[in-house]
Amino acid sequence: MENEPVVQVTGLVKRYGAKTAVNGLDLVVAAGAVTAVLGPNGAGKTTTIETCEGYRRPDAGTVRVLGLDPVADAERLRPRVGVMLQSGGVYSGARADEMLRHMAKLHAHPLDVDALIERLGLGDCGRTTYRRLSGGQQQRLSLALAVVGRPELVFLDEPTAGLDPQARRSTWDLVRELRADGVSVVLTTHFMDEAEALADDVAIIDAGRVIAQGTPEELCRGGAENTLRFTGRPGLDLGSLLKALPDGCGAAEPLPGTYRITGNVDPQLLATVTSWCAQHGVMPEGISVERHTLEDVFLELTGKQLTGKELRA
Amino acid sequence: MSAGTYTPRPGAAPLPRMIAAQTALETRMLLRNGEQLLLTVIIPTLLLVLFSAVDIVDTGAGESVDFLAPGILALAVMSTAFTGQAIATGFERRYGVLKRLGASPLPRWALMTAKTLSVLVTEVLQIVLLTAIAFALGWSPEGSPLSVLLLLVLGTAAFSGLGLLMAGTLKAEATLAAANLVFLLLLVGGGVIVPLDKFPDAVQSMLGLLPVSALSEGLRDVLQHGASMPWAQAGILAVWAVLGLGAAAKFFRWE
Repeated sequence: MENEPVVQVTGLVKRYGAKTAVNGLDLVVAAGAVTAVLGPNGAGKTTTIETCEGYRRPDAGTVRVLGLDPVADAERLRPRVGVMLQSGGVYSGARADEMLRHMAKLHAHPLDVDALIERLGLGDCGRTTYRRLSGGQQQRLSLALAVVGRPELVFLDEPTAGLDPQARRSTWDLVRELRADGVSVVLTTHFMDEAEALADDVAIIDAGRVIAQGTPEELCRGGAENTLRFTGRPGLDLGSLLKALPDGCGAAEPLPGTYRITGNVDPQLLATVTSWCAQHGVMPEGISVERHTLEDVFLELTGKQLTGKELRA
Repeated sequence: MSAGTYTPRPGAAPLPRMIAAQTALETRMLLRNGEQLLLTVIIPTLLLVLFSAVDIVDTGAGESVDFLAPGILALAVMSTAFTGQAIATGFERRYGVLKRLGASPLPRWALMTAKTLSVLVTEVLQIVLLTAIAFALGWSPEGSPLSVLLLLVLGTAAFSGLGLLMAGTLKAEATLAAANLVFLLLLVGGGVIVPLDKFPDAVQSMLGLLPVSALSEGLRDVLQHGASMPWAQAGILAVWAVLGLGAAAKFFRWE
């Protein structure tokens, strides 16, 4: 039982009218882990999660959550699963603590509400009603509502969207505490640093399909190589440099005086390059190592950028 | 919070506790909302006091409060079960409250039960208040309280069905506008403060079929004229209840 996946999605198809939101998606989520569903807006993340939550009926394929059908077995499943919606979900006239206490009352063995309010920094919401809370406070309340019933599994849809860096860290810490206590976490995000920092397992999703899945390390290892850059005197002998490097490395001078080494960039390689420079009387300046990130993986797999961020040169 | 705080221990609370908690929350939300109080408390109270004290409308023979009080009770039921419930539920749907509660251990039927109980609690508060004011204005009701109770329950069912149908199918803003408009139209044309016989004959029989007319006329037959049980009006309300609740059950959208 321990090793049974908590979520098993096979061949999921979901259409809205003529638009296919999810197109034959397969996903297996391990118990006790943090799994990130990573992809750009419109990739099908929320549709997939909401199908697992029982909100959507699959047009094709099967979905099993904790071994149950989210639609047919909804009443048995709901007490065991915590849900954080992307937005809303609270009476506009309700206070944060009031809504949280209410959600606690719907569960048999809820968390200590006061401690949870303290933990998520919701204490300063006071008597403010939901509609007047800040975006960050609304997000944290929504997260609290997902965990207050002590679920086995939580689905967090964009848990840190719109949070300031401090609140974001605090949310990450809570996710780690959940995992440490044996709660399985599935979260969607379009922040690659979030997936890298938090997830044991990452499913990259694009155009309604999972196009890669693995640990962040596994995903980053494959595909393109890492890059080492430095500047120096123009016209260095690249042939001689290449001979000094291990097999499989590349060396190029894309602009005069700017050098790019590609390959498995490790401390040994860095030492080789700097000692070659020393032998040739070159002072390498601005040495930088670019680690291969999930964003690069995503770019290679889809030809698209994950976020609106500028591509690095 | 220390290690082990979040160790899973899932489970739904017992159903009666869930329904009681949900009813209490729904009622608090309603009583906290200023616009809702305007509709459910202030307008019926003002109309009762104003139209009893000043002869604005000719209400026929006898004390005008004896004519008005049953109509205002019907208005109170409409304001809570129809207008208030439609607007509140419409915005709950719009803001994802119904969706979020749909993922909680509270079953949907229990949510609807709690909404109904919350409407009933509010109506009891309204009726106590309005009855006290009517007595202060010299009201002398007749007839059987049981007949009154049955009419009120049928009226609540009829208005709830129509309110939920509106809330579950229209956009929240459209519900807000339409529910207020319907409230105003029925206030004027539903025999609440203006006797139906002030309208032309052809219109009168049509107006008599409206749920608020059936409720106010029925209550008036009992409370003003001492009739035992106005079965025609009860029948009209029952038909509205079946149609409204049936359509709401079929067409209601949770998101």
